[in-house]
Amino acid sequence: MFHSETGVFKTSYAADMALFPLPVARWTIAGLTLLFVLVVPLVFSPYLMTLLNLVLIAVVGALGLDILVGYTGLISIGEGGFMSVGAYTAANLVVRMGLPFWVAIPAGGLMAALIGIIVGIPSLRIKGLYLAIATLASQFIIEWLINHVTWISGGIEASIQVPPPEVFGHKLVMPQQLYFFLLFFAVLAIVATLNLKRSRIGRAFIAIRDQDIAAEIIGINIFRYKLYAFAISSFYAGIAGVLYTYYLGIANYEQFGIDVSIDYLVMIIIGGLGSVLGAVFGAAFITLLPEATRLFLTNFGGEFLSQDTIRRLVPNSTLILFGTLIIFFLIVEPEGLNRLWRNVRNYFRTWPFSY
Amino acid sequence: MTRRTNRIAALLLGAGLGFVAFGVAQAADKTILIGMQCDRTGPTQVVGTKLCPGTHDYIDLVNSQGGVDGWKIDAEEVDNAYKVPPAIEEYEHAKQQGAVGIMIFGTPQTEALNQRLEQDKIPGTSPGFGIAASADGKYYPYLFPIAANYWSQGAAAIKFASDQLGGSLKGKKIAYIFYDNPAGHEPLPIIQALAKTQEFELQTFAVPPPGVDVSSQVLAIAQQYRPDFVIDHTFGKSPALIIKALKENGYPLNKVVALVWASGEADITDAGGWDVAQGYNTMQFAGAGENYPIIKAIQDMYKKRGEAPPAAMQATVYYNRGVEQGAVWVAAIRNALKLSHGQKPTPTQVKDGFEMIHNFTLGGLMPPLTVTAADHEGGGWVRIFQVKGDHLDAVTPWYRAYRNMVVDKEDKTAEQMAAKSN
Repeated sequence: MFHSETGVFKTSYAADMALFPLPVARWTIAGLTLLFVLVVPLVFSPYLMTLLNLVLIAVVGALGLDILVGYTGLISIGEGGFMSVGAYTAANLVVRMGLPFWVAIPAGGLMAALIGIIVGIPSLRIKGLYLAIATLASQFIIEWLINHVTWISGGIEASIQVPPPEVFGHKLVMPQQLYFFLLFFAVLAIVATLNLKRSRIGRAFIAIRDQDIAAEIIGINIFRYKLYAFAISSFYAGIAGVLYTYYLGIANYEQFGIDVSIDYLVMIIIGGLGSVLGAVFGAAFITLLPEATRLFLTNFGGEFLSQDTIRRLVPNSTLILFGTLIIFFLIVEPEGLNRLWRNVRNYFRTWPFSY
Repeated sequence: MTRRTNRIAALLLGAGLGFVAFGVAQAADKTILIGMQCDRTGPTQVVGTKLCPGTHDYIDLVNSQGGVDGWKIDAEEVDNAYKVPPAIEEYEHAKQQGAVGIMIFGTPQTEALNQRLEQDKIPGTSPGFGIAASADGKYYPYLFPIAANYWSQGAAAIKFASDQLGGSLKGKKIAYIFYDNPAGHEPLPIIQALAKTQEFELQTFAVPPPGVDVSSQVLAIAQQYRPDFVIDHTFGKSPALIIKALKENGYPLNKVVALVWASGEADITDAGGWDVAQGYNTMQFAGAGENYPIIKAIQDMYKKRGEAPPAAMQATVYYNRGVEQGAVWVAAIRNALKLSHGQKPTPTQVKDGFEMIHNFTLGGLMPPLTVTAADHEGGGWVRIFQVKGDHLDAVTPWYRAYRNMVVDKEDKTAEQMAAKSN
């Protein structure tokens, strides 16, 4: 994920397929594990943990959307809808049947996958903008159904309160406890996506993205693989929805609106389409950007601006920054943050003897 | 190319780390911090850009007069753009900095933060939106709606219609036009129950989000159903469009009453101006207009500073609600300081401070607000202001209607929700 090397000649399939081809990659992973499992929970305050937790949830959702948009090349503006399917499925299972989280989370994902397959059916015939509109329709249909069918939404304000997840009899409520809970699923999502990319299915996705007719000619069942892409992507989205529900303690479809779908698209575009690391970067970047802008302006802005101006400036500057960044990345670096990271890495690898 | 992008990347990385590092608290002595959420951007910005300055101005006024028993109040504002994740980030940030409470904005945000408030024992307010059942302080100890919820508003609207139609609704037809989201549905159970007891006919007309097309609904109301009275519970751009369309279809606007979020000056001006909206009835939980001593005091404060009062002040409906929000918090903190004997109050003491608020009117800008441990709604008072000339004129005193029915509904729902989540 972090490293790849030229001049390495592999002599076996096992070596070629290895997730970490270089020893240094293993050390990096070990270092990151140490950092995220030991250092971060000890050093970070609950507030910073909260930010990190939101990033972890966004990572799961962004990876899911990246499988569909980045790997398979099918545009979707329905991420939020699939998230709410997962959220309400889990919330109903937990509240009505008292099921634990390790049933509710996969169940939410599976239900979202099922709905994803249905939504994905038009993708066989339509592409690009048309598909985007079809997924947009699914977003609104799901929202409407949840709003109007009280059997799903629980009746009161279309929201269902969920008790916190329990692990070995311990209720996870503090940001630190939830951090490990969310970290587990985020890591699982990252590893699964890395492996998916190297599998037959992942390669088929990429073939479809690059040229679907060619993919069909070399023997890929386009219909089946497109539906796989929708199913897997929605599964991730559903899981992200359930995690979000557990995190907030409430399932509410208004938290998964069209703006959320667009935020996730922005994440993978700014992060870099079709790369796992890009989705992670994008999720972190978009989640932290508003908070970072705010802290920057409220801490430094006081020197030369009045309080009232800052209050009016902060929210709007976030929006301006958002728009500018999207345009910036589309023009200057369409491959996103992931590419920037690779450039930095490549620069330092030959440093100081670059040629 | 590579070198340039490298430099940009390093800059971004460095800046990002720098920002996060600055999230550390700035400690200040003799300051009481309140977290404050706003919606200056996003779908409800028409409210936030007016309401938030009101709250700040009231708090500035209190601070300029020496604060509360020598304590300065600091409301740390964050824009949540009506999204949930920023609301949670802001809440945790405020908590870490030692805030005694949080002013929430938005119904989804209130629902998302509700459990945290209870768990952290930090009071939060949700004036005029949020969870209606949270009026019941027994089941929602840390959430304070401090203004009439949608059930109280629905009941009050029916009472107003009844008074306007000669004291009885028997056999009359009432149209309920609402924004098709959970908040829009909220008053329905009360209105439906009243339709049975008061024996009127009720028909509902849903405006689907984003609420920019109301023509078919208004046509159905004005041309086909022809009700005796219309209750308008919409948000955003819809109220203005509804006023305009009803006028065009010849429906008398004095037979329309709007609930609190369809009642701003912006709705009237966007509908085509005050001339168009003559007679339109708006429901308020804070008084509209400028003729209140507290507004005069804020104007004087600006005069003393040699500045012009903010433009937001002209939108008296939302600005005054902001003032009310600030005033209720200051009142709660004042009470909390009594409990803490002048020490910095804890969030729990501020919560108790809220529950000690008794007959607080702010010189007529507010209803006689009385918050108790059982009633966090503060009585559920509203007042109807009618568009007359170029201003909003009060046509009723502060009142509430069918109170037993509303309280009963609040208690039952709160109990039901509490039972479900355990």
